[in-house]
Amino acid sequence: MTGKTLYDKLWQAHEVRDNGDGTSLIYIDRHLVHEVTSPQAFEGLRLAGRKLWRVGANLATPDHNVPTTDRDKGIDDPVSRLQVETLDENCQSFGITEYKMNDVRQGIVHVIGPEQGATLPGMTVVCGDSHTSTHGAFGALAFGIGTSEVEHALATQCLILQKSKSMLVQVDGVADEVVTAKDLVLAIIGEIGTAGGTGYAIEFGGEAIRALSMEGRMTLCNMAIEAGARAGMVAVDKKTIDYVKGRPFAPTEDQWEQAVSAWQDLVSDEDAIFDKVISLDAARIQPQVTWGTSPEMVVGIDQRIPDPSSFTDTVKQEGAQAALNYMDLQASTPINEIAPDKVFIGSCTNSRIEDLRAAAKVAKGRRVASNIKLAMVVPGSGLVKQQAEQEGLDKIFIDAGFEWREPGCSMCLAMNADKLEPGERCASTSNRNFEGRQGQGGRTHLVSPAMAAAAAVTGHFIDVRDLSQRDT
Amino acid sequence: MDKFKHLKAIVAPMDRANVDTDAIIPKQFLKSIKRSGFGPNLFDEWRYLDHGEPGMDNSQRKINPDFVLNQSRYKDARILIARENFGCGSSREHAPWALEDYGFRVIIAPSFADIFFNNCFKNGILPIVLEANKVDYFFTEVANNEGYQLTVDLEKQIISTPKKENIGFDVDEFRKHCLLNGLDDIGLTLQYVDDIKAYEEKRKQQAPWLF
Repeated sequence: MTGKTLYDKLWQAHEVRDNGDGTSLIYIDRHLVHEVTSPQAFEGLRLAGRKLWRVGANLATPDHNVPTTDRDKGIDDPVSRLQVETLDENCQSFGITEYKMNDVRQGIVHVIGPEQGATLPGMTVVCGDSHTSTHGAFGALAFGIGTSEVEHALATQCLILQKSKSMLVQVDGVADEVVTAKDLVLAIIGEIGTAGGTGYAIEFGGEAIRALSMEGRMTLCNMAIEAGARAGMVAVDKKTIDYVKGRPFAPTEDQWEQAVSAWQDLVSDEDAIFDKVISLDAARIQPQVTWGTSPEMVVGIDQRIPDPSSFTDTVKQEGAQAALNYMDLQASTPINEIAPDKVFIGSCTNSRIEDLRAAAKVAKGRRVASNIKLAMVVPGSGLVKQQAEQEGLDKIFIDAGFEWREPGCSMCLAMNADKLEPGERCASTSNRNFEGRQGQGGRTHLVSPAMAAAAAVTGHFIDVRDLSQRDT
Repeated sequence: MDKFKHLKAIVAPMDRANVDTDAIIPKQFLKSIKRSGFGPNLFDEWRYLDHGEPGMDNSQRKINPDFVLNQSRYKDARILIARENFGCGSSREHAPWALEDYGFRVIIAPSFADIFFNNCFKNGILPIVLEANKVDYFFTEVANNEGYQLTVDLEKQIISTPKKENIGFDVDEFRKHCLLNGLDDIGLTLQYVDDIKAYEEKRKQQAPWLF
C-alpha cells in the first residue's frame, strides 16, 4: 500500500460518511464569517427555522467594508454600514463570537484566524471567501465556499464535497534574500497558469518552502486559489507548532502535548503518490511583477513585457493583447520602466507583521517619489497594527510619506472608500490584478511588500537589490 | 432552488478566457444583504458605459452597444457559451445569483473555476464542461446563425443542435439528482444527524482541543 498525502490524511480524518455517489460528508472544525457572504446565509437559516449546529466553531469579523480612516466616525456609506450592522446583529442573535470594527482583535479574517490560534494544524477551515486557502499554511484543509455552503456549514457543521486530485508543488533550492513567498507563488502561477490547479488540492513542499516563515507560508497558500486550486497546504513542522503556541484559541496544558503529538503526523508520507508534481528551482526566481489582468501574466523584474504573439494558442494571444490594452502598456517594455500612481501595501496576502517589516526596511530613510499620488499601508489586523507601532514601523512609513491606516481588506478589492480611479496604476501587494478589481478602470501590478515599497520610493518598479546599491 | 430538467433557448457567446467573478458582478453590488436583484448588474463594467452603484436606476444608464449581451439578437439568451476558466477568482455566490437573475440557466465552457462551478449547482444553473473544439463549434454556429438555439436535456445528458446533432456531457450523479429535483442540500445532510453526532463523539476523544 502506498503512503498517504497530507491531503488524504486531512480528508480521512474529517469524513463523516461516504455518500457512495462520489461525494462525502466532511466535518468542518472552524468556520470564519465576515459581512459580505454571510447575510443571505443567516437569512436562509431564519426562513427555514434552523439553528447553528455548533456555535463555538464560528468566529466572525467585519473586514471587506470597513473604513481604514476615521473609524470612530463609523461607516459613511449607508449600504456598507447596513452590511456590517447586519453581521453584528446576526452574530449577536446566533451567539457567535465577533471582533467588531473597533475591537483591537478585528482584522482580515485570514489574518485573525491564525493570529488568534483559531486556525490550528489538522483542522478543516472554511469561510465564504476564496482566500481561505491561506489557513492551509498550518497543515489544515482550508478552502473558500459560497454563501449556500456558508449556510450549510452553519446548520450542519459539514459540507458535501468531492475529493480533489492532489498536486505537489516542489520548490527546492535557496531563494535570494529579497525573493519572498509572494515572488515564489507568483512564479508558480506563472508556471502552471491560473487554471493549472483547478480540480486539485496543492501541497507546497521542498527546501524553499520549509525555509519560509509561517507568514510566508500563509502568503503562499493564500494564492493557491489564483492558481485555480481551492486549497493549498504546507506540512506541519516546528515553525508551525511554535507559531501556534500560546495563542488565545490554542490548546493549553495537557491538551497541548496531546495536540502536538497528533500534529507530527500532518505531513505527506514519503511514499505518497501525487496525481501531479511540479518542480521549481527557487534560486532561479527573481522578484516578480504582474503586467496583465490575470495573476499568470507575470515576469521577473529583470524582464520585459512579453509580446502577445509569443503565446502559443489564440485564446492566450487575444487575452494578452486585451490585457495590454486594458493596462495601457506596450509589448517589450522593460518592467522597471513602468511607473505606478498609487502603492497599496496590505490584503490577506501581505499585511502581516513580517510583510510590514519588509516594506519598512525599504522605506526607512527614504521618501515616497513625487509621481506617487498615494502610498498606503493597511495592517491586516488591529494586533498587527499595534505590534508594528511598538516596533516603530508606523513612524518609518509616515516619515517616508506613506499613509498608515486602520486594518481591513481595503484596496485589495475596493469595497470601502479605498480605490483606484479610472486609469490609475497601482503597485499592490494584494492577490488579484483583474480588470476593475481595485476600482473601475484601475490597473493593478501585483508585487511583494518590499517591491511595492521600492516602487513607492523610486516612482517606478525596480529590483530592490538595485535600490540598495544605488544608495551606497 | 428551482428544478432544472430541460431547456431550449437562445445561446449567447462570451468570447474571452478567464472571465472572473469580479467581472460577472463587481464588488460594489456585493454590499446587498439580499439574494436577488443582481441581474441588472451582471457584467456591469462591460455592459454599461457609466460607473454603476447599488440603487441606481439601471434603465436610465448608458449601455455599451459593443458588449455582446447588449446586442438585440442575444436579448432572450438563457444559455451562455464561454471560454477556459470561467468564473475564476472570488467565491462570491453573487456571480451565479446575477447570472440566474438575468436569465441564464446553462453555461457551457471548456473549464470552470471550482468554487464557481460548485456555486452554480446550488442555484439551479447547470454548468457544462465540454472539450474546447466542441465549444469552439458552438461559437462558430452562434456567430453564423442569428437566433441560434440549443436544447439541453439534463436527464439524458444531451445537448441537441438545430442540425439534429446530439452532444453528450458529463455531470456528477449527486449534483444531477439535486438539480433535477430542486433539492436543498441542508435538508439532505440533516438526514444524517446521527452520523454527524457519532463523528463528533469519536473526534472529541481523539482531538479534544477542537471542541
